[in-house]
Amino acid sequence: MQDDMTKPIATFENLRVEFQTKTGTVVGVEDVSFEIKPRETVCVVGESGSGKSVSSLSMMRLVEFGGGKLTNGTLKFTRKSGETLDITKSDQSLMRTIRGNEIGMIFQEPMTALNPLFTVAQQLTEGLRTHKGLGKEAATNRALELLYLVRIPEPERRLNQYPHELSGGMRQRVVIAMALACEPRLLIADEPTTALDVTIQAEILALIDRLKRETGTAVMFITHDMSVVAQMADRVVVMHKGKKVEEGTVEEIFENPKHDYTKSLLAAVPKLGEMKGKLLPEPMRLMGDENTKFKPLTGSNEPLLLVKNLTTRFAVKSGFLRRTVANVHAVEDVSFRLMKGKTLSLVGESGCGKSTVGRSLLRLVEPLSGHVSIDGQDIVSMSPPQLREARLNMQMVFQDPFASLNPQMVLKDQVADPMRNYNTHSGDALDRRVEMLFDRVELPRSFLRRYPHELSGGQRQRVAIARALALNPKLIIADEAVSALDVSVQAQVLNLMLELQSELGLSFLFISHDMAVVERVSHDVGVMYLGRIVEFGPRSKIFENPQHAYTKALLKAVPIADPRQRKSEKELNFKPLASPMHSLDYEAEPSVYEEISEGHFILTTDSGY
Amino acid sequence: MADAEQQITQDIIAARHPFLEAWQMFRQNHAAMTALVVLSLIVLGAIFGPMLYPIDPFEMVWAPFSPPGVDGFILGTDYLGRDLLAAIIHGARVSILIGLSAAFVSVFIGVSIGAVAGFYRGWVEEVLMRITEFFQVLPTLLFSMVIVALFGSSLMMITFSIGVVSWTAVARITRSEYLRIRELEYVMASRASGSTDAKLIFKVILPNALPPIIVQAALMVGSAILFEAGLSFLGLTDPNVVSWGQVIGSNRQYILDASYTVTIPGIAIFVTVLCISLVGDGLNDALNPKLRQR
Repeated sequence: MQDDMTKPIATFENLRVEFQTKTGTVVGVEDVSFEIKPRETVCVVGESGSGKSVSSLSMMRLVEFGGGKLTNGTLKFTRKSGETLDITKSDQSLMRTIRGNEIGMIFQEPMTALNPLFTVAQQLTEGLRTHKGLGKEAATNRALELLYLVRIPEPERRLNQYPHELSGGMRQRVVIAMALACEPRLLIADEPTTALDVTIQAEILALIDRLKRETGTAVMFITHDMSVVAQMADRVVVMHKGKKVEEGTVEEIFENPKHDYTKSLLAAVPKLGEMKGKLLPEPMRLMGDENTKFKPLTGSNEPLLLVKNLTTRFAVKSGFLRRTVANVHAVEDVSFRLMKGKTLSLVGESGCGKSTVGRSLLRLVEPLSGHVSIDGQDIVSMSPPQLREARLNMQMVFQDPFASLNPQMVLKDQVADPMRNYNTHSGDALDRRVEMLFDRVELPRSFLRRYPHELSGGQRQRVAIARALALNPKLIIADEAVSALDVSVQAQVLNLMLELQSELGLSFLFISHDMAVVERVSHDVGVMYLGRIVEFGPRSKIFENPQHAYTKALLKAVPIADPRQRKSEKELNFKPLASPMHSLDYEAEPSVYEEISEGHFILTTDSGY
Repeated sequence: MADAEQQITQDIIAARHPFLEAWQMFRQNHAAMTALVVLSLIVLGAIFGPMLYPIDPFEMVWAPFSPPGVDGFILGTDYLGRDLLAAIIHGARVSILIGLSAAFVSVFIGVSIGAVAGFYRGWVEEVLMRITEFFQVLPTLLFSMVIVALFGSSLMMITFSIGVVSWTAVARITRSEYLRIRELEYVMASRASGSTDAKLIFKVILPNALPPIIVQAALMVGSAILFEAGLSFLGLTDPNVVSWGQVIGSNRQYILDASYTVTIPGIAIFVTVLCISLVGDGLNDALNPKLRQR
């Protein structure tokens, strides 16, 4: 057994994977070598397209089902019996006895990784019955054991439930239980928490870490998130454009990175707590522009946007006559104000109503009641033509760079569109302004005649920002504007936004779930939970002296990009998100706040948390 | 460094409209390309044929039931001694014209109703979709027969009657596309930057909803030709214009004695509709973003 502990479970040697496409051969992974030892978590980290998923799929020999071909190298895997197998040379029927049995896999999307037509018990026992030859009863008992192991609440009841009856976090626990069912020697987790909220992410990460220690499986953990790496890894493999650029223990990588790419990646990651003691937002210090001077973002104390008692509800309709049977209280009695030239962030988990606030301000979603005024004009009571005029002052940048541009229109027209709608510029002046905007967001002018599908995610988001700037608005609502981008691109876009703020005096309403990013860019922060703002105040006070229980929980859940600040499963015990849906006769109580220090408010009435 | 290189190669690729890429995809589909060539020949024949072969299809030119190839008539003569080749050439005009215009009518009705229903939702959608369902449950052939019987059998009426009974599928497809696209962020962004409803419906959403509608429209041309053939087989068309269905209909008693008088126009319909289907299929593959690279 002693010998077993040092012999690696999986070894990648000079792996090369190619993909045949219409335009020729594309190399997905080239000359990648590393090994995974027992009881070890190896994090493979890289940005999209770096080949990290391709490596893991090669280990499972699933890459062939996606059109890939293993053209060089060996993949050694040590089986339970102790014999070493070259995965690249074994046939698919042998692989079927290894997959799900000796190598378990956890996929990214818990919503689609489970088959909606089968119960949890059926899906959990399937692997046990095929690989272990267990009978129905034995397999069910083992399934229950597994559910206890992953600490799902009320495991007996879960067995006979269907996936749609479980929350996202519970589903991911079931997926993990499935992967562990046959006591695999190697567990491959491909971005297992990317689709989850931070509190659930923290719980799932701690769970995987505990399971590794208890069961002794080796874990290959694939992620794009350096903070998650810091929390999870024993060793780290950094990948870039299909190649391994650096490998080392997690401390080496974070404290003494050798390769330039690793350095730039780490520089681009916002670290929670980094802004301690600073009053104003600051751009990220990226590789290559350490010396650029930056005008401090002082903003002003003149209010631009005032929101009072904003409430937005969605009706749930049902039955033949489409009667309203219940209401979703998406936004409930929310008030805040935003000063000129400053950034206010609304932060919270999915379903807390932060995006609905943004859309209600522009009346893209009709609010039920409340007042919204920008520069003294009340938005809520405006007639449609007045509202159209008012939107000149407020523009929006959306989350998904792949959905926020019209695929059938050249970029020039997309940026010119708002100006054509309002007839602010025409002819030569219009062309010149579009060119100026392209220069402003640092896109080459040759992109003017391009279509969106020819651009990368970051470039698209720049176009979306150029479009939002076209009308010279006073306020830009950025709804998760950087969430879908790779870290290095995210940092560039954030810096661009801060730069535009300092030059043009813009105000931002920044809507995000990412606490670290929010800490970077905001002057003021509102923390939202179940449609209400539970805590509101200057950024430094919220982050350094959180008072509301939910804010504290949220801050505790955020993974920190520092391997010396790890969290254990015991500290992480979060309440599940309550439902914002209420029956028609439900009377929502008004939000009452206490000002605990200057400008720092906490909700004293029931928040639901 | 690498980024700069990528930049340069990207600059070299000229900007291409997504539909242009679809055409390149279409060109690689051999069945669809062959069908497109055959179809173009048929359409050219329909346009210029009557000039090159100026024999009146209603005139008795020879003895009845002269088989194809005999006595100098390539496709023979029918029971009244009329030239069958002339009937096929002249009939092509009417069949294709009715096919195209009936498809146009049904796409026009279907897109208008589907777009408004999908864009505005709420009670507008409820009312329009109930109307659509009403038309869906009517027996189509019977309904168009009633229209033709009531309002006469001019070409206009026949086109209209076919269009009016076959727009429901287009309306449903259009509505579902609008329901999907109206929720996308670029529509929201366009609304936020001051676009009017009309602009959103026609200029923002419509071009993005077009691919499945184009495919459906192409297939609709084929089914409209078949529909017209059915109506004229029953003798419900304008007796003064010749169409393929009408040739089959008027010769149907002689199917056992002179089967070619029925099979030849039948083959003409078959080949045309098959080609249209293949082209429609090719369009579907080319316009479907899931099958396309990127």
